[in-house]
Amino acid sequence: MIAWTIYITFAGAVLLLFLPRAFSRWIALLTTTGTFAISLATFFCHDLDLAHFTTIVRVPWVPALGMNYHLAVDGISLTLVLVTSITAVSSVLFSWDVANSASGGQLLQSGNNPPHQSASRSGWVTQPVDATGCPSAAKRVDQRSNEFFFWLLLVVGGSFGVFLSADLFLLFVFYELVIVPKYFLIAIWGSTNKEYGAMKLTLYSFFGGALVFIGIIAAYVTAGSLDLNELAQFRFTPQLQSWAFPVLFIGFAVLAGIWPLHTWAPTGHVAAPTAGSMLLAGIVMKLGAYGGLRVAMNLFPQGFQMWSSWIAILAVIGIVYAAAVALRQRDLKFVIGYSSVSHMGFVLLGLATANVLGVSGAVLQMFSHGVIGALLFAVAGRMIYRRTHTRDLDELSLMELNRALPFASFVFVIASAASMGIPGFSGFAAEITILIGVWKTFPIAVWITGAGMVLVAAFTLRALKRSFFDTAVEEGQNVKGVTTLNREALEPITVPEKLGAVLLMFATLAIGIYPKFLLDRIVPAVEAMRFLKTGG
Amino acid sequence: MSYLDLLKLAAPEAIVTLTALIVLVIGLTTSRGTVVAGVSPAMPQRRAIDTTASTVVCSFVAALGLIVAIGAMLSLPSHANLFQGMLVISPLNSLFMVVCLVLAFFTILLASRETPNYGEYLAIILLATIGLLLLVSSEELLMIFIGLELTGLSLYLMTAFDKTDIRSAEAGLKYFLFGSTASAFTLFGLSLIYGMAGTTGLAAIAEGLAAQSLSPLLFAGIVMTLVGFAFKIAAAPFHLWAPDAYQGAPVSSAAFIASGSKVASFVVLGKIVLVGFGPVHGSADWHAMVAGWSPVLAVLAAFSILIGNLVALVQTNLRRLLAYSAVAHAGYTLLGLVAGGRAGFSATLFYTTIYAFTLIGAFGVVAVVRRETGGDNLQNFAGLRARSPLLAGCMAVFMLSLAGLPPLAGFFGKFYLFSAAFRSGANHGLLWLVALALFGSLISLYYYLIVLKVIFQTQGAEAHLLPSVAWNGLSNLTIAFAAAIVLFLGIAPQFLVARILAVLQTITIL
Repeated sequence: MIAWTIYITFAGAVLLLFLPRAFSRWIALLTTTGTFAISLATFFCHDLDLAHFTTIVRVPWVPALGMNYHLAVDGISLTLVLVTSITAVSSVLFSWDVANSASGGQLLQSGNNPPHQSASRSGWVTQPVDATGCPSAAKRVDQRSNEFFFWLLLVVGGSFGVFLSADLFLLFVFYELVIVPKYFLIAIWGSTNKEYGAMKLTLYSFFGGALVFIGIIAAYVTAGSLDLNELAQFRFTPQLQSWAFPVLFIGFAVLAGIWPLHTWAPTGHVAAPTAGSMLLAGIVMKLGAYGGLRVAMNLFPQGFQMWSSWIAILAVIGIVYAAAVALRQRDLKFVIGYSSVSHMGFVLLGLATANVLGVSGAVLQMFSHGVIGALLFAVAGRMIYRRTHTRDLDELSLMELNRALPFASFVFVIASAASMGIPGFSGFAAEITILIGVWKTFPIAVWITGAGMVLVAAFTLRALKRSFFDTAVEEGQNVKGVTTLNREALEPITVPEKLGAVLLMFATLAIGIYPKFLLDRIVPAVEAMRFLKTGG
Repeated sequence: MSYLDLLKLAAPEAIVTLTALIVLVIGLTTSRGTVVAGVSPAMPQRRAIDTTASTVVCSFVAALGLIVAIGAMLSLPSHANLFQGMLVISPLNSLFMVVCLVLAFFTILLASRETPNYGEYLAIILLATIGLLLLVSSEELLMIFIGLELTGLSLYLMTAFDKTDIRSAEAGLKYFLFGSTASAFTLFGLSLIYGMAGTTGLAAIAEGLAAQSLSPLLFAGIVMTLVGFAFKIAAAPFHLWAPDAYQGAPVSSAAFIASGSKVASFVVLGKIVLVGFGPVHGSADWHAMVAGWSPVLAVLAAFSILIGNLVALVQTNLRRLLAYSAVAHAGYTLLGLVAGGRAGFSATLFYTTIYAFTLIGAFGVVAVVRRETGGDNLQNFAGLRARSPLLAGCMAVFMLSLAGLPPLAGFFGKFYLFSAAFRSGANHGLLWLVALALFGSLISLYYYLIVLKVIFQTQGAEAHLLPSVAWNGLSNLTIAFAAAIVLFLGIAPQFLVARILAVLQTITIL
């Protein structure tokens, strides 16, 4: 049944191209909600063996080369499918009137910010001003909304495919399938430096893909099979493992934002439209981490042993470095972008421990960061930027947004708390599990990471204070050319936005309070993996 | 062997020849002579202006002839061998003869009313097609050379056919000069091979060469033969004609050069090196190179991938960009031949086939845009998405397939090629070439995305200055069909791979 998440998503994407634009967001919402329902239902369905990578579909695809259309699921896959569908639903909700950024109207008293300008910032004015002399913002939006949701659903569908593939070639097909839609999402609907960000992200992804390609071919040619379960039983020579593992793992880890190959992440996140950032943080970065775990570590356990301490070092550097950089950013989205890199560092650190707790914690952190990252980007990109047209912390600090947008500030407080790892939220559950795992393998790393967590708390609190809770200056007073906010002009938070935010907040709280729900399914699946046995 | 038998076995070629003659006659009898300005305004020329009716009839007859020829192909016996290999009918040859005929068919659909003297133009396309058929169906050096020359001469003419454009004349001359030099090399090389092996049949050459070691003379013969083919497939450093020819020639000629001519050249090159030169394969493995033809091809491939991709980065004309990307793709395709064996050859054949369909579609889009906007620089494509969503979508399919992204055919093709290359040789010796090719793909993604960025993303004022692209029924249908093929072979590569592997089973020497 879980396989239908893939089919529904792609069917929805194709449908979008042929149906009138008026339906596009409803189709997108229906599709993503459908996948959410399916993945949630699968969680409560007890006749599925989630401890092993259980085949659900297997059809010959290119028999001449041993390729199968082979899908399978275990606790890890299912967890990631769940977070993908949650993020997808909320990202559709947060782009309910996609690119309709013009409707914000006159926000700053002196700000010359008519619809036309903001529309060109969002990137695509194809229609001239119509006969009445008024640029019809709503019309222009709808012109491309089906295209927007088409690319969005391709990213989501491809990610479902990666998480459920049990054939190495199929996995790689889905993995690469995600690259191009990201480019279009960012280059067409993005903001700040969007073409640069989009191209950088795409080339980094493709570079990672090329490394993965070499690793996959090496495994395929040596073992003569593409079946992940068969490959996981195959004994590759240590010599092959010693070079194939780092190639494959680094290839995947590019997408997970491993230091020093993380630089695509902040620029890409900043350039992307809100839904794009949410997908990037919530889903795409998980693809890399998942690939590293499912393919690189599981296929080449000895190679993994040789290199695991190096991965841990890179991960710790990533955690601390990204947090330190985030502390100095002025753009709210850059802060969140670097926080994503920092949080993904925890995932990589957890993977590097090679014990059950660490790896299970890493998977839990993938879920947790997917939800929290999406929530943070939703607040920054959608609730704030779309209404104020700025993400500059200095400018935001003048706006007294906690009074103007009380709901947004409430959501941001929750998201920041979760991001800092306050107990009761999923971030705490995941990071504490990882750190216990790390303590067993690399005790020194725990100390450094602890310092990193202080930095995380510091930059999160700083961003929170500057964006929402700074003391307001006198209304009308002009500081650095920025005028204060005409608070009444701010559009209130809409219902779809509230729904999306509530869904994400519920997810992080639910898992924070009862992580057992996921861990019960993750831990057995992790225990079944090969590198643990060889490692132990 | 009576002449009737010969005619039966050579029915496709005969039908295409007949069609070419009929088209020529129709074109000559229906066009009217008028005075128009020539290349130089001072010299008005008499020039035939075609009536619409005559061009439609010409296209129809040519297309019909090709369909009948394909029908005749399918009714041929599965195995026949005439005159010691001069005309060989085998499943492999038949499959690629059909592919060449289909590509010619696509070219004719795209060519509609592109040049004056349309009847002659179509007749020359058909003559080039006969050259391709001879090339593919022959396993004997002399006949291969005749096929090469017939194709080459027809293509030189097609390139120079647009008499209103000085670039076309320049391209034709360049193509001709480079081409005839390369032909001379090939002929010299073939004569050396003949001298060493004492025969011109490919299978017999293999037997002759198996008995002797690789002498310098034999090596010279092999290298010279390869030079001619490297020219044909536009592998660096023998690619210099390609950018000019792709840019200057009438669009349909460029499409045919990039597709049909390339497929046939790769088929025959594969047969020559893998069957004829099989015993002197050599090895291109890193740090373990052994003299033979495979290191030569490996070096050509490496040069092509690097030069093609790097130079393509700075192109602003889409046709030149496609030309340099064609150089790079020739490099990728050579990987399969370097790898050798049944897997390598089938990967090469698969890749060159899907590449041909991709390029013919891409050139189709160029042709439509050129007709509507009068140019084929990148800015002519600005905002194509708004002007014609269908063409923009198809172009996205072609570009992403060239870049090698799923679920398009180019992705599977590259995977197949690179895994074949990786597998061959001791201890993954070809890893260096595979890594280089992947690096090249990474570079290429950039310029393909630039094209798509211009099409999908450029907005605002400049897009409105350009006229909208009208509905060109036949062209659009052809382009959409090519895109559908690329998508289909990406999702179900088994369809073609299984056929190619089946026909290669019949070649025992692999």
